Amino acid sequence: MEHLTFEYPAQRAVNARAHVGVVGSGDLEVLLSPAPAMMATVDVRTSVDGYGHIWKSVFDRFFQRYDGATHIEINDFGATPGVVALRLAEAIEALESNGTGSDA
Amino acid sequence: MSTVTNPATPHLADSFIELPARERARALLDAGTFRELLGPFDRIESPWLPLQGIVCQADDGAVIARGTIDGEPAVVAALESAFQGGSIGEVSGSKIAAALELTLRDCERGQIVRPVILFETGGVRLQEANLGLAVIAEMQAAIVALRRHVPVVGVIAGMVGCFGGMSLAAALTSHLVVTRQGRLGMNGPEVIEQEAGIDELDSSDRRRVWQLIGGAQRAAAGLADSLVEDDAHAVRAAVAQAFAQGVPATHRTAQVDTYLARLAAVDPQTVTPESMRAVFRDTHAPHSPSKEQS
Repeated sequence: MEHLTFEYPAQRAVNARAHVGVVGSGDLEVLLSPAPAMMATVDVRTSVDGYGHIWKSVFDRFFQRYDGATHIEINDFGATPGVVALRLAEAIEALESNGTGSDA
Repeated sequence: MSTVTNPATPHLADSFIELPARERARALLDAGTFRELLGPFDRIESPWLPLQGIVCQADDGAVIARGTIDGEPAVVAALESAFQGGSIGEVSGSKIAAALELTLRDCERGQIVRPVILFETGGVRLQEANLGLAVIAEMQAAIVALRRHVPVVGVIAGMVGCFGGMSLAAALTSHLVVTRQGRLGMNGPEVIEQEAGIDELDSSDRRRVWQLIGGAQRAAAGLADSLVEDDAHAVRAAVAQAFAQGVPATHRTAQVDTYLARLAAVDPQTVTPESMRAVFRDTHAPHSPSKEQS
């Protein structure tokens, strides 16, 4: 198990939260909540060690388009980068569609 | 949304099995009444999994939700089978046991709350062995105390099924709803094959496994009460119907003499799924609950 953290600049505050996904084989859980400062922060706990550079690539790309000051917590059970990107998109959609997200 | 369903043409969108635990709980409660207790953002996780290098889930795989069923207060406990096989750890088990104990407290004060447990579990979480076992015992005690006041309704939808100590918890419920895909047994097929050999049971023989412990077999043998299609509306209707029927006059686990007699009529050398049905089918009048097990 590996614990990774990342930080990205943000342009706007977020005041809702969202939860999607499950810590099942090849899947992951994403919790989005408002960040305390005008900065996006990411906490990843993953069952697969040694892929920090891949995670960084996924978030570099994600934060090219997303500018909310959100705290992202990820519990990962071996999801591929494609699944991670899809779950992130789903979480943002949940966050923005109904304020609290479909599961929160 | 239409509530009319035609069994001949099931809609995939209405599948109950396909739903994760949280959505299963939501599907059973009246629309708009779902309110989760100790949800993911409360972050009550297993303290034991990280010590063993295993990633936690923020709700430890157990969803506790309040709401109403047919307008009556209800609590639903749902296990997420995708996380660690729906296994019962200290936290996930304590959430369910505490929910049942609080429901019992409400019922004892005259405030009836309808308890539903969605079993989708391999049983105790081996990484938390004794703590999981202890909390399953608490759950079982709570079910036995609760079912004097209100039916305790269990659902085994599949595809994991319900095994180990949790199969005993399921057996203690007042009313068990199963699908054909659901399975109920003490030991899972892989465990039986590993312990007793492939001559005893080939766990890759799915047809055989479901003939032995599948939902249809369990319902035919009277060990489950409602056999429903994999359809959220059908499961919901069966659960509501179970509460409408009220507390059974005699719970299965109180019919000790009846079941001992049935077991005595089974010959382990020649028993088949069909002969099990014949012996266990509820043809005789149930005995009086002379020996309540608790």
